[in-house]
Amino acid sequence: MSFPSDSPADPVASGEPLLSVRGLKVHFPVHRGVLLRRVAGHVRAVDGVDLDVARGMTYGLVGESGCGKSTLGKAVLRLVEPTSGTVLFNGADIGGQSPEDMRRLRRHMQMVFQDPLASLNPRQSVESALTEPLRAHGFTGDRSRRVRELLDLVGMPSGAAGRYPHEFSGGQRQRIGIARAIALNPELIIADEPVSALDVSIQAQIVNLLEDLQKELGLTYVVVAHDLAVVRHVSDVIGVMYLGALVEESSSDALYAQPLHPYTIALMSAIPIPDPEVEERRRRILLTGDLPSPMNIPPGCRFHTRCPFRQPTRCADEPPGLREARPGRKVACHWAEEIAAGSIRAAASAHDPTATEVGTPSP
Amino acid sequence: MSLAQMEAVAPEEAGGSLGRDAWRRLRRNPVAIAGAVLVVLFVAVALLAPWLAPYPPDKPVGQVTPTSIPGPSAEHWFGLDDLGRDEFTRVLWGARWSLVIGVVSLLLGMTGGLLLGLLAGAFGGWVDGVVMRLVDMMLSVPGLLFAIGVAAMLGSGLDAVMIAIAVVNMPIFARLLRGQMLAQRGSDYVLAATAVGVRRRRIVLGHILPNSLTSVIVQGTLTLATAIVDAAGLAFLGLSSNDPSIPEWGRMLADTQRYLSSAPLLAVFPGLAIIVAALGFTLLGESLREALDPKYRR
Ligand SMILES: Nc1ncnc2c1ncn2[C@@H]1O[C@H](COP(=O)(O)OP(=O)(O)OP(=O)(O)O)[C@@H](O)[C@H]1O
Ligand code: SF4
Ligand SMILES: [Mg+2]
Repeated sequence: MSFPSDSPADPVASGEPLLSVRGLKVHFPVHRGVLLRRVAGHVRAVDGVDLDVARGMTYGLVGESGCGKSTLGKAVLRLVEPTSGTVLFNGADIGGQSPEDMRRLRRHMQMVFQDPLASLNPRQSVESALTEPLRAHGFTGDRSRRVRELLDLVGMPSGAAGRYPHEFSGGQRQRIGIARAIALNPELIIADEPVSALDVSIQAQIVNLLEDLQKELGLTYVVVAHDLAVVRHVSDVIGVMYLGALVEESSSDALYAQPLHPYTIALMSAIPIPDPEVEERRRRILLTGDLPSPMNIPPGCRFHTRCPFRQPTRCADEPPGLREARPGRKVACHWAEEIAAGSIRAAASAHDPTATEVGTPSP
Repeated sequence: MSLAQMEAVAPEEAGGSLGRDAWRRLRRNPVAIAGAVLVVLFVAVALLAPWLAPYPPDKPVGQVTPTSIPGPSAEHWFGLDDLGRDEFTRVLWGARWSLVIGVVSLLLGMTGGLLLGLLAGAFGGWVDGVVMRLVDMMLSVPGLLFAIGVAAMLGSGLDAVMIAIAVVNMPIFARLLRGQMLAQRGSDYVLAATAVGVRRRRIVLGHILPNSLTSVIVQGTLTLATAIVDAAGLAFLGLSSNDPSIPEWGRMLADTQRYLSSAPLLAVFPGLAIIVAALGFTLLGESLREALDPKYRR
């Protein structure tokens, strides 16, 4: 591709992860008072996340609504300013970049947004939306040819170029959003719930498109979703997020074979399994209580207020770090081994009137 | 791929920009058409008054005494006023004054307000705090009362009226633009533009401002209506020019109230004119708002 400053943030030895996040926190101050505005607290949207994404891989990030997935994605691109922690992209610390350097660096890291309509300027034609990144980075080639090429890549006819976002269906809008994200030939794409706003019938098409593009363009993905079903097939590694932190991280297959963290176990039990025998044998794990506010994250294990496996010791007062419970599997639970071995069982919470299935929005 | 292509090729309707789309919806809305007709009528009369008016606006054209003011007739459609001038002519010319005062005060107020709003919206921080406190204070006083105060302070006269109305409208535009800019600034498409590397200046000028301006246009149309009413109100209270030869609707109302029993129509005609003008801009403004609001889009 013809860009003047074609220096991807110096390619490090390919063993290094493309993206490396350490201790990332994003806290939003909450103000009270009209005349005397003061900080009344913080929304701890992202509260200490470590993760690595290897080149060419797909990292699936899963968690309930409001657990900080979008904020994490935006902080990686520094579209929101992290409160603390580091993000290394290709070995370069994005925290230390000047705004102009950051602007240049973002050529290699792009985002697909949760709400395709909101992510497109209503007054901007598709052509203009797709040439804007090219102009901004001084693309020297034939811009309108590149636009047609991009539209073709995402399965849109070149006639779409002259049209405006509101003229398209949700799926088509997301294709346009994806075309914009790949316009600059990035290495990393953060796809923030790329299909959650779409019709179920369209979702698979978009997921397939993302997979095809990954193969064709050698992309690395972080795919965000609020349920495991969406990321299951596309992800190599899955990270499960709860109230701003990762509670489990593992290869996709291992996670499905046996979830280790109680929260993941609950999430998994909410997915219907096609095999009736398995469906019969397994237990629905229901969670008690409401999702705590990210302004008021419980001390100790952040999941302890809802955990069906909660123990009288440690859970409420000792924060479990994300640790390698088994080779290649990280869990933030004091009792992961005992739970996996079956020596700690879930409290029978199914009759609890406050029990809710995971993902049920609290009123 | 082919499925998406088929979807995209089937056009929802001969497409166009948001502007063209809004225009299409505007044309189909009877309220918008009614508003537009009234506005066109008002503006045409204002522009063409010298040619449309059958008599000079400032000279007596018939005999009147305080007890006998001739009403409507074939020669004088709206009758004569208390000084023997043709009322129809004066109502037509009144549109001209109304338009001038409305537009000038609107432009003044809008410019001032937009600058304030831009300042607050672009800088944020303490600039925003100071500007918005000022705006809140100004908005807490009822508009006409505020205008009366400002006009009285400036000493009456047309300039005073226009400045007073402008000052009253300033905070409305300041708050509007600032709110719009803040809302746009946090929107996903601005984030998306930032992500693809669009520079800050172009984001503000090319994305945030144009998307903020639609509501400014709507507000401008609506404000023109209130400006016309406010101008009439100030004139009615004697705060406008004291040159009796200027045919101004509010003043015409005030001057004829003494003859309310003998010539009640003298109050009706300018009153109706004010209503028609204000109604036209209000209807047009409201339907513009609807047509331009993305939420109403199919
Ligand atoms: N700019 C902001 N200021 C204050 N609070 C914010 C801001 N952005 C997000 N939050 C809060 O941070 C928390 C995490 O938000 P985020 O959008 O990252 O969640 P999410 O996991 O993406 O949820 P969803 O599935 O609904 O998209 C929420 O409680 C949200 O209200
Ligand atoms: S540490 Fe305790 S509360 Fe937390 S997930 Fe494990 S068992 Fe549940
Ligand atoms: Mg989100």
